[in-house]
Amino acid sequence: MNKTANHAQRVSVQFNRGLPAYVALTLYVLITSALLLSNTRTSLLTDIIFVLFLMGMLAIYRARVAGGYKLVLAAVVLLGVLPYFGTRNAFYVELAIQAAIFVTLALGLNVVVGFAGLLDLGYVAFFAVGAYLWGILSTPQIAQIAPGASPVEPWMFYLFLAIGLLVGTIFGILLGFPVLRLRGDYLAIVTLGLGEVIRVLAVNLDRPVNITNGSQGIKDVARPPLPDVLRALMPGLGDAQIYQIFIYLMALAVLGLTVLVVYRLKNSRVGRAWEAIREDDVAAVAMGVPIVRMKLLAFAVGASFAGAMGVLFAAKQQFINPPTFDLLRSIGILAMVILGGMGSIPGAIFGGTLVTLLDLQILPRIAMELSALKRQGIGIPDWFDPAQYQRALFGLLLILMMIFRPAGILPDERRREELSEGEGVEIVETATSPQPEAASS
Amino acid sequence: MKKQPIFFRFAVGAALAAVLAACAQPTPTSAPQQPAEPTPTTAPAEPTPTAAPAEPTQTPAASKGKIKIATQSPLSGGQAALGVGIRNGAELGLIDMGKALEEMGFEVELAPFDDQAKPEVGAANAKNIASDPDILCVVGHLNSGVALASLPTYRDVSLAMVSPANTNPKITESGYPNAFRVVGRDDVQGAVGEEFARTEMGIKSVYIIHDKTDYGQGVAEFFRQQAEKNGIKVLGFEGTEEKANFESILTPILAANPDLIYFGGIYDQAAPFFKQARERGITAKFLGPDGLDSPELLKLAGDAVKGMYYTSVAAPVSQFPDAAKFAEDYKAKFNEDAPPFSAQAYDAMGVCIRAIKTAADKNGGNKPTREQVVQAIREGGEYKGIAGTYKFNAKGDPEKAVYFVLQVSEEDGDPAEVWNKNKVVKKLEIPAP
Amino acid sequence: MAVAALPTPTVRRTLRMTLASVFGPLGQVFVFVVGSAIVLSIGTLLIAFLLRGTRADVDLVQATLVILPQVIIDGLVRGFLFATIALGYTMVYGVLEFINFAHGEIFMVGAFAGAALGSILVSSGVLNALPVPLYVVVAVLVGMVVSGLLAVSIERVAYRPLRGAPRLVPLISAIGVSLLLQDGVRLIANLSGLGFNARFQTPNFGPPLRLAEIPVSEDRAIPLILDVRALTFIVAAILMLVALNYLVNATKLGTAIRAVAQDRPTASLMGINVNQIIALTFLIGGALGGAAGVLFGIRVGTVNPYVGFLPGLKAFTAAVLGGIGNIPGAMVGGIVLGFLEAFVASYLSLMTAGAFSGASYADIVAFSILILILIFRPSGLLGEAVSQKV
Repeated sequence: MNKTANHAQRVSVQFNRGLPAYVALTLYVLITSALLLSNTRTSLLTDIIFVLFLMGMLAIYRARVAGGYKLVLAAVVLLGVLPYFGTRNAFYVELAIQAAIFVTLALGLNVVVGFAGLLDLGYVAFFAVGAYLWGILSTPQIAQIAPGASPVEPWMFYLFLAIGLLVGTIFGILLGFPVLRLRGDYLAIVTLGLGEVIRVLAVNLDRPVNITNGSQGIKDVARPPLPDVLRALMPGLGDAQIYQIFIYLMALAVLGLTVLVVYRLKNSRVGRAWEAIREDDVAAVAMGVPIVRMKLLAFAVGASFAGAMGVLFAAKQQFINPPTFDLLRSIGILAMVILGGMGSIPGAIFGGTLVTLLDLQILPRIAMELSALKRQGIGIPDWFDPAQYQRALFGLLLILMMIFRPAGILPDERRREELSEGEGVEIVETATSPQPEAASS
Repeated sequence: MKKQPIFFRFAVGAALAAVLAACAQPTPTSAPQQPAEPTPTTAPAEPTPTAAPAEPTQTPAASKGKIKIATQSPLSGGQAALGVGIRNGAELGLIDMGKALEEMGFEVELAPFDDQAKPEVGAANAKNIASDPDILCVVGHLNSGVALASLPTYRDVSLAMVSPANTNPKITESGYPNAFRVVGRDDVQGAVGEEFARTEMGIKSVYIIHDKTDYGQGVAEFFRQQAEKNGIKVLGFEGTEEKANFESILTPILAANPDLIYFGGIYDQAAPFFKQARERGITAKFLGPDGLDSPELLKLAGDAVKGMYYTSVAAPVSQFPDAAKFAEDYKAKFNEDAPPFSAQAYDAMGVCIRAIKTAADKNGGNKPTREQVVQAIREGGEYKGIAGTYKFNAKGDPEKAVYFVLQVSEEDGDPAEVWNKNKVVKKLEIPAP
Repeated sequence: MAVAALPTPTVRRTLRMTLASVFGPLGQVFVFVVGSAIVLSIGTLLIAFLLRGTRADVDLVQATLVILPQVIIDGLVRGFLFATIALGYTMVYGVLEFINFAHGEIFMVGAFAGAALGSILVSSGVLNALPVPLYVVVAVLVGMVVSGLLAVSIERVAYRPLRGAPRLVPLISAIGVSLLLQDGVRLIANLSGLGFNARFQTPNFGPPLRLAEIPVSEDRAIPLILDVRALTFIVAAILMLVALNYLVNATKLGTAIRAVAQDRPTASLMGINVNQIIALTFLIGGALGGAAGVLFGIRVGTVNPYVGFLPGLKAFTAAVLGGIGNIPGAMVGGIVLGFLEAFVASYLSLMTAGAFSGASYADIVAFSILILILIFRPSGLLGEAVSQKV
């Protein structure tokens, strides 16, 4: 592994720093942007270009160029090209919005699982709480709970983003407090149970008092009023399209804020305390880390982002019902964190984007192309309909990823070093185990 | 260890690949010039040969372009049996009826999407569908929650959605001009079931079970409302996500001793429920909605369901002989019995194809716009399908839906054949509310 | 794995010791089963008594009493299902400290193997000629072989390469396996003509046993019913527990398994082939899952590719409830969970006059109680505290 890395380093050294890096990066971004803007129809080609285009973000992150230049390029990509492209093709912006939503969730879960080492299998519960908070209060559903009450004004949405944050935090503390005595797998199963409890409550709380409207879901969830600035910036576009860009920008803003907070936390005393807990909680206590408070903080921080994103999700979706918040969703978010690399912020961003794109764009596209091949009578037998087996493909991908890159795609630097140590130990162990076989027989 | 620059290298390689891909594109100059349309709905009046590069361009020169009809239904997960049925029914419809469009010089294609029974996936797929101007009509969904999350997107691009399965009143009551369905409504079906139970079966008390989905619970709620209004005693109203182990639900039923058990749900859950109920010695009569209308119910539950009643909007084979041919074709092509709502998917496809054809005729034989398709469905007059006859009202409901009460045949034999002998006990023609 | 009573291998085992190590845990299970049934019954009756005045139309205490025996039987049957699946989780966890998330799917594959066997027997026309006990043995064996081999190959392909990685990595791999198996079985079932909802054909088990008639009024009595299939399930599950206890506590192999569970490197130094023992653990756990799947199919009559997910989840909670890694614990956890669900599902609507649907809340009440138990007794009901590698 080291050999290939060195080789790679030698080959790409001319692109990786100095002027060539600037030129290569700029060219990459320009070319992919130009290609994207000239292919506005949804097709295989556009899909490929879109993925390459998003990979530009990875290139920007990885390249050794000045931080300021990175920021400028990222802003051009995320705030310029992508929204502009979104006015041409609504699908890809939808992908970007959902990616932003799930990346935020992955970042939040990363705080709990990656930073503090607490396995949480019911994370989607906090997301549900935020979504139902706005869903109930912004629709006539509120009158079912408190007769005579009227829904809050749509502009209060911004306030509710903050309230969602707060409610998420409170829920995080409430749920976290009793379970933090537990360790490892017990914590996992309890959080799993709590996640299911929230979902089943969402399904069942349509009686005796109709709070969540049960399995029917809540429709016509309010959206914040469209700012006139955006209308002025995008003349000639319909409200529906401007709305999408607007929601994209808001999701990006929440995501940006999350990244900032998580990044600062990670490199703060709190972050180091979490790391100490993750590595060895007994030793952490001995060193004077307030372990319960720190664990609670991790739970609360993780939950708060999910709560805020829930509010935004409800507004974006305009319809919420319980199936969105099932266990598979929690597992999906966990998969994002682990695929990306536990404890790694870029990893969570990458993992979240990757899984969302796989789910909504890449796998359906593969299925569609296979179907097209099938129609031409090539290779695929009649009984196999690729569109039905996307999930199996996702499962296969998870297995292969874990086997060939268990540390994640963009592992945390410090973690990676620890892991490579761990591998060494394991090699010794497996090497010794077959030998004493003779003795036992 | 230093940072591995492997990603950067990969990125550069990818850029090169992108450039190559761009060069390989057949006509890179023709596409980019005409971007600025808000939504590309009105774009393709002229033939558009720039398809995906993976498909060899073997189309005849006379082709007037491609027309796709999308389906959206859960193709994976626990509801896949019904979702795949919708997709397959639509595919059969396209095979049988798509010729009309091919003769006009169009290429016709099915674009199946997996909505995973999740609203946010449905919404994303809807955006995907909306951004492909070749797609002129959508057959879907199975879950009304997913449909409600997707409909705003369809509306924004005036894309017609013809639902083969959404019986929830909200679908057409929410004011979407592009929402249609070829099925009945829960509010009517629940009431039909209740009336039949009260007047013809002489039921005095009922225990209601539902599956906690928007469909099953919806229809069960309407049944209950009617029952309470009309003096049937409701002994219990329970929902469960359990698919197999029903003892704990059956014990209170045994104690309550109702005249009737109404099951709001789908056959795969209902079959073991009914079977275990009979094994428990529960003698109550059974009744359920059109989610039970499948030979699988009989196959899985056996004697327990013989003689039971169910309500349905889909016409039985005896009244619509085409349905028998459909069931045979389905079995031959997909190696399983046609599940509920697959015949409706066939009809929804038929509605789509007829509307596209009408709109294309009006458009001088050229590819119609999505608005024209919606209009053609709305003004299309009566459509005779294999499961019923539909003429849409202003909301998008069939103007007059025919509701049937059927009784499962008591004969022995292959369930798929026995099911076709199910007797129509009652036929009601009810205008949509 | 329960590591407390590890006998020194040099001592020759007497029959008495063997019997004690095999049936001792069974006694423990029995005590817990009876105890929890009594506690729950008394609790329910107490609640019914307290709420007596709230419903005018029924006498709550009487209504509670008439179905109480049936509810206990239901709970027992349901509990044995969770228990048999939980055994597989707990075996693997005990040895590897790894949640085999795909175990629910292994259970499902076992059920499908049984369904396939049924349809083969039907098409060759011998199904109804088979005596029921023979059929059960054959079907269970088929399920055990298929699921056991499947579990071993999954371990080889998807878990073994990850053994040194952090604990979450094999968990994700297991989730991948789970998704793959669900759709893989769906594909095979559709191809083979079994269909998405496969019918599980069995010979005729005869009518259910009517244990008693409980009179509710002059003209009506509620029968107390135990289905023959359910009885089969319980008997088979108990037999499996006995066999498993014998294997783990009274054989050389079992000693090796426990040694690997306790300390892998040292066990390997002592001459135990760790890889082989782990594969064997998967084989046993998988075989138990497959047997549970077949028995489940026999009782329920229909299986589909997603049928394993929820029971798997609940069995996992059951394993944790009993103290994960502890074999009698899995049994106890499963049965207690089964009781809890049966009581809630049967009584909640009655007690709240229909305001809360019991069947809907059964899941989460079970989960909530589980959470409470774990908070106050984090090692589970029977568990010696799991050695946590801090």
